[in-house]
Amino acid sequence: MLSTHNGRIAMTLFVIYLIFYSGFMLINIFTPQWMEWTPLAGVNLAIWYGFGLIGLAIFLAFLYGSLCRPASSTSVDNGKEGQA
Amino acid sequence: MIYEPSVLAVVVFFGFVGVTLGLSFWLGGKAKSSAGYFAAHGQIPWFVNGVAFAGDYLSAASFLGICGMIAFYGYDGFLYSIGYLAGWIVALFIVAEPMKRLGKFTFADALNTRFDSPGIQVVAGISTLVVSIFYLIPQMVGAGALVTPLLGFDHWVGVVIVGATVILIVVTAGMVSTTWVQFLKGSLLVFFSAILTIMLLYRGFTVDDGGKDGHAFRTWGPFEQSQLVDNSTLNQNGSWTIVEQSPAWKETDFLRIKEEASGAITVWHRVEKEDGLYLVEAQSITDAADGRTLINGLPKGKGEGEAVLHPVGYLSELPDGEKSTEGVGPLEFFSTLQKSKVILWPKQIVRDGDEVTTVYYQKETDGSQVLRPGEHPRFKGIRSDNLIDKLNFLSLMLALFCGTASLPHILIRYYTVKDEVAARKSTIVGIASIGFFYVLSLYIGLGAMTSGALDVTNSNMAAPLLARSIAEWLFAAISAIAFTTVLGTVSGLILASAGAVTHDLVGRFVSTPLTDSAQVRLAKLSSVGVGVIAIVLGIVFEKMNVSYLVGWAFSVAASANLPSLVMLLFWKRTTKEGVITALMVGMISSLGWILLSEDTYTQVYGLSAQEALVPFSQPGIVTIPLGFLTLILVSLITQPKAKVEK
Repeated sequence: MLSTHNGRIAMTLFVIYLIFYSGFMLINIFTPQWMEWTPLAGVNLAIWYGFGLIGLAIFLAFLYGSLCRPASSTSVDNGKEGQA
Repeated sequence: MIYEPSVLAVVVFFGFVGVTLGLSFWLGGKAKSSAGYFAAHGQIPWFVNGVAFAGDYLSAASFLGICGMIAFYGYDGFLYSIGYLAGWIVALFIVAEPMKRLGKFTFADALNTRFDSPGIQVVAGISTLVVSIFYLIPQMVGAGALVTPLLGFDHWVGVVIVGATVILIVVTAGMVSTTWVQFLKGSLLVFFSAILTIMLLYRGFTVDDGGKDGHAFRTWGPFEQSQLVDNSTLNQNGSWTIVEQSPAWKETDFLRIKEEASGAITVWHRVEKEDGLYLVEAQSITDAADGRTLINGLPKGKGEGEAVLHPVGYLSELPDGEKSTEGVGPLEFFSTLQKSKVILWPKQIVRDGDEVTTVYYQKETDGSQVLRPGEHPRFKGIRSDNLIDKLNFLSLMLALFCGTASLPHILIRYYTVKDEVAARKSTIVGIASIGFFYVLSLYIGLGAMTSGALDVTNSNMAAPLLARSIAEWLFAAISAIAFTTVLGTVSGLILASAGAVTHDLVGRFVSTPLTDSAQVRLAKLSSVGVGVIAIVLGIVFEKMNVSYLVGWAFSVAASANLPSLVMLLFWKRTTKEGVITALMVGMISSLGWILLSEDTYTQVYGLSAQEALVPFSQPGIVTIPLGFLTLILVSLITQPKAKVEK
């Protein structure tokens, strides 16, 4: 999967999201009081971060769609490439 | 609460059922072959499939469970929204395209593509059945929970109506009709949730001392301690006497007070403030020793001398001492709530001999507290100093992240589009629709929290009751959509289960391969069978919490299915023995963990939490890595000889 253009993009974007998602979990576990901080517009970090994760997922999904090459190929040796 | 059945809601609901069944019969001709029945011939347009993903995924647990949890506890319910959506990242970047490329009808197909092993097919089929049935229970329970207040029928009637409708949808046209029902439901759910959000923002906030029925909850005081002893008389707009407190009541912060005029005994919360003791009116449901049920000390009913629980959910204070706001913007909604005070209604059960009283009492809570994680009992561990408590949260978030891409009823949707590009595009549409809905879920939940319409006994009704507090037609629409939410998800689950039975289990055991038409016949029979099982389970598990059961399904799916699916794609040395063992170990360990956990001990067995045999309730953080580890170890041990020698 990592040997294809689309596969590499997918993994890069996956890792980016994973970092942000892990950050959310780690803040909640180790410094939950940070979530009460209101950095902008009187809205706390918990809501900004939560909306941010949802927004990031949608953004990365569209980015992936625009960066992918039309035809995907795979490194998995399954003998059923392109099966519909 | 006693609900007035809404004629409009009933008409809209049965109208929708009629449309979906009509659609199913009309599309029936397109599902005569197994490719048509299980995968709609791979001809579903990607956009339709994307919205159908939303229709399939946004189950009763998402719509009713999450909104209800937010309405009762605040931000914590939104953690589920975040986790559920994050799971789609795994689906898009790792699973979507290979699933389309590798499989044909079922999840097991994709796992088995390299090996053609009966063992993989059977174990993956069993895993599909286990996960789907776990997921089915809360959907059916949700159907019953909705029908009772909305249509006035018993719980079992709601379960049977939904079950029978879904069986008809699935039997008539399989994946074709299921897809269109899910598309319709997904579109309606997102659209009407957006309408509901806009209307609640437009309404703004109001300070109140009671809910929509006009009852103002009373606070008396300040008192000296000496005034609040057994048999003392309080003169507060009439004569009231403090009832002699039994030992069970003495252990609580509640006082029972008898109103001399009516004879009703009501429960009051004793709250200590700087200037003395105050009595704050609570609400109670008493199951008396003689079998009667009393609401706030009176028989349940709307007649003279009877009582019902009052609707709740209101602010006690707005910023700068204001009494109400105009319409608020999407960010102002949170910033206003952040600086307000809201009345929450926790409950406490008091067992006094054969009499059991559930007390719902007011708890004035800072808005800033409601908008932070860690208030719900399930997430309290976040603020604990105990690492084990924190692991429970981490484990749940991991299961939600990994579970989505392992749910069989979601995975089979990839077979309904024509190629990998369509699979990718439909996942993107799915993520956009589902993500948008989850953003709205926070507004809807918090809107319900401050709607004055909440039923303290039923969190699942928060979203429909919020709609009723705005407009009757919106209530009808949201209630009907809530029903269709169940229809859409249950159709997908029954189809996934029928596919597993027909294709993975029976198909592997018969001596001669089934003909195409025999497969379709068997699938239809299986659909009826699974549908009947779902109806029975929906009735048996009536009292179970909806979102709690969905968490189980995610944990089992993530532990059993994801390790094999991911390793098959990324590790060429994966063997069939590794896949079979990982599936079994993941499934058995996660199920075993759940059955031995504190949640199950307290909520299912009725035992004490201390007796639970595992240290925290959510298995994912242990059983998902265990699935991966098992697959790697067994695959290394069972490498083909030629490779080992080389």
